[in-house]
Amino acid sequence: MTQAGTSGLVLNEKLLFEHSEPGRKGYSLPTLDVPEATLPAELCRDEITGFPELSEVDVVRHFTRLSTWNYGVDSGFYPLGSCTMKYNPKVNEVAARMPGLADIHPATPQALTQGALALIYHLQEDLAEMSGFSAVTIQPAAGAQGELAGMLTIRAWHEAQGSTRSKVLIPDTAHGTNPATAALAGYDVVPIASDGVLSLAEVEAHMDDDVAALMVTNPNTLGLFETNIEPICKLVHERGGLVYCDGANFNALMGIARPGDMGIDVMHFNLHKTFSTPHGGGGPGAGPIGVAEHLVPFLPKPLVVRDGEAYRLDDDRPQSFGRLLAFNGNFGVLIRAYAYIRSMGAAGLKRATEMAVLNANYIRARLEDVYDLPYKNRSLHEVVFSDKNLAGGCHTLDVAKRLIDYGYHPPTIYFPLVVKGAIMIEPTETESREILDEFCDAMLVIAQEASDNPDLLHNAPTVPKVRRLDETTAARKPKLKWEG
Amino acid sequence: MRYLPHTPEDVAEMLSQIGVNSVEDLFVEIPEAVMLDRSMDLPEPLAEADLLREMRQLAGQNASVATHRSFLGGGAYNHFSPAAVDQLISRSEFYTAYTPYQPEISQGTLQAIFEFQTLICQLTGMDAANASMYDGASACAEAVLMAMRLTRRSKVLLSKALNPRYRETAATYCRYLGVQLEEIAVDGAGRTDMQDLVAKLDDATAAVVMGYPNYFGVVETLADVAEAAHGAGALLVTAVAEPVALGLLKSPGELGADIVVGDGQSFGLPLSFGGPYVGFFAARQKGLRAMPGRLVGETVDLDGKRGFVLTLATREQHIRREKATSNICSNQGLCALIATVYLSLLGKQGLRELADQNYAKAIYARERIGALEGFSLPFNSPAFNEFVVRCDAGVERLLETLQAQGILAGIPLDTDYPELQDCLLVCVTEQNTRRDIDELVDALAGGVS
Ligand SMILES: Cc1ncc(COP(=O)(O)O)c(C=O)c1O
Repeated sequence: MTQAGTSGLVLNEKLLFEHSEPGRKGYSLPTLDVPEATLPAELCRDEITGFPELSEVDVVRHFTRLSTWNYGVDSGFYPLGSCTMKYNPKVNEVAARMPGLADIHPATPQALTQGALALIYHLQEDLAEMSGFSAVTIQPAAGAQGELAGMLTIRAWHEAQGSTRSKVLIPDTAHGTNPATAALAGYDVVPIASDGVLSLAEVEAHMDDDVAALMVTNPNTLGLFETNIEPICKLVHERGGLVYCDGANFNALMGIARPGDMGIDVMHFNLHKTFSTPHGGGGPGAGPIGVAEHLVPFLPKPLVVRDGEAYRLDDDRPQSFGRLLAFNGNFGVLIRAYAYIRSMGAAGLKRATEMAVLNANYIRARLEDVYDLPYKNRSLHEVVFSDKNLAGGCHTLDVAKRLIDYGYHPPTIYFPLVVKGAIMIEPTETESREILDEFCDAMLVIAQEASDNPDLLHNAPTVPKVRRLDETTAARKPKLKWEG
Repeated sequence: MRYLPHTPEDVAEMLSQIGVNSVEDLFVEIPEAVMLDRSMDLPEPLAEADLLREMRQLAGQNASVATHRSFLGGGAYNHFSPAAVDQLISRSEFYTAYTPYQPEISQGTLQAIFEFQTLICQLTGMDAANASMYDGASACAEAVLMAMRLTRRSKVLLSKALNPRYRETAATYCRYLGVQLEEIAVDGAGRTDMQDLVAKLDDATAAVVMGYPNYFGVVETLADVAEAAHGAGALLVTAVAEPVALGLLKSPGELGADIVVGDGQSFGLPLSFGGPYVGFFAARQKGLRAMPGRLVGETVDLDGKRGFVLTLATREQHIRREKATSNICSNQGLCALIATVYLSLLGKQGLRELADQNYAKAIYARERIGALEGFSLPFNSPAFNEFVVRCDAGVERLLETLQAQGILAGIPLDTDYPELQDCLLVCVTEQNTRRDIDELVDALAGGVS
């Protein structure tokens, strides 16, 4: 049976600033062992008004109490579609904190950072092998920055051909970062329609000689494989364009099929999805990109390369579009992804993909008679339902909030935009059949509640720290900081 | 594999519920032609203990601030992080959560971000701060783009004394957006040259971008720059790569800055070979709706109880798509939490004392090195915790000699500034004891004799 989230002790906690008592601090500095020095007075500020004054105990209690209002993957099932909320292995956390990895300054001479450079190099190589690309850079800080790296690479390639193409085709199922990134790379966005999957005819109809690239997500945000990907790539290439792939859904492909082999020119990985690195309540992530041979010269700099037995940062890349960050990417995230790949191996990663796809299809099989399933093609790693069949005037939002009362993190909702009232469920491979059954039971009970007692949904959630929040007022009269 | 719970019986029963015969049947939509017909060529999997052994072996090949006496700065700083910081951010309710899209079960993350935004406003003297950017360099690039949106102008002046990596990143972000980026020269004191600035400012200028302190550690006279910029209808963007300085220096807001960005790595984040760090981004109220990134706002729930939500999302990519103010989605949430915990521990007094110590130690080192035969200080202006040293005998051999003695003496400046041949950027923080500094001084003296 379903296991309701119980209403246990909910702690109250003020803001940091409201705890403050003049004279307290939670930090001890060593005694100053050099003569005191004073900066010219005209450069110095007065004390920082409002800044907190707390003891170490105050601070520890404060953040511990705040943490109890959160829900993480370690708290329970987190089927947030497109986000691949798989288990974050603990050993990866230990590795990322090791002395010799966590405390390297980025300007340390390269001869003295061979271990770190080797780790990056091997991660690049492993990602290239898994995806079928010629080279990988790990510099981008997240998926969206990977997209930017990819689109700038594409643009630099066009420039080198003397082409000034100005448009990018983007299917209507795409994530918002795709069009936002294309615009940041100076392109005009041309939205194109898909019917579950993209047709060759639709691409052909828009593929004129001003189109620089097609940005496609594969598998797409409906969890469906883009079955026409090969002929589409061929067509785009014939007409002088390139194909960018949003690889946020790479968890469906490891060991099964490689985007590089499909004709894709560039793809980003989300290490904070597919490669198990924790999402940190919003980041940090890492968004490496892989590229086909012809795009390698344009990758950002520096790139980690190997000369014989030595590794180095290659900054001498005259055709590169430049750099994206002050240093060499989110190394701490790369360590975790590397540790994950080394723990799983080729067979383990393929098994992860298979079980992720099995889990999504199992949820689909258990729910599709009750929840509307707008696209019937075989699902890969996630499944998208709609709220069409719900009774009692209940919508997707109500189901999501009611799931909270049952102790689950809701799925992604209202995305992709092509499905009205989308409920996008991605279980990932790290969930057991029992967990999936309990979740599906809850989903079915909720559908029943919608017809029997819809207020249970409309008033949900009732269990957590707060009930539904007034987002309209928040946006109309923004209050973005504490002001005493 | 210990992360995968499925037993063969589970798989069999699930397949039968789905109505297929095998796991392979789930991949029917993938055309045969693109299926991988071999196993991936990756190293054999490692057991947990073996993995840790390999990681320790990789770690052992790196010089760190523990194995060496380090005087490296230049945008990443060696500060002490209290034990409570890592203990608190290691609570998995924080680090295994996603972005707080469901506010009812994300109040911990949301309140912490709200506190982060408040702390950044207090430090910078700005009205509003966002939930974080990737790092200081990309935050600076986004500030340039925001200044263009606000002024509808397309020329941006970057001080040559701004961190060179920040300038390169801004150039990347602006590459295809029709922005004209120009550099302002550095004067003899290591500050942005006011004459050159005034000469280049015109009615097409959207913004002037300055480091504070700048790449040479020098404290720029921001008020003068702000006045000149505002006189021409341009904005002042200030990038703070070493925000510990804000414990001591007047806030950029007080001096007239319109947008203040920077990197919060100094606030308790490990050096971690350059990332993940945390960009911060703050601006005046009137620019609020042109800001990039996520914002958390205070509101109430149905019972009138205080709570926090992501707000003003109509600026963002998931709503506005190609018209969004930025493409950023995931940011550096956990790193912002680190900075928040760190600043809570230091508090008003602690941050000031820390800044005072950094300043005093750098002054001590600077005076001692400046007095050495064969060394000089090209810029004699107030600087925070880093400074430029010229070594008449050249830096390359010297650095190698010191490395052999376990000292990382500084960052050579000639690649970024050919005019600063034979110069080193030396950084001193509270982590360097007087003894470390004295050893550096002795080693420098010995290295050229
Ligand atoms: C399909 C898709 N593309 C791109 C992104 C953006 O990735 P990131 O948040 O790492 O920038 C996401 C993440 O939510 C996504 O789901």
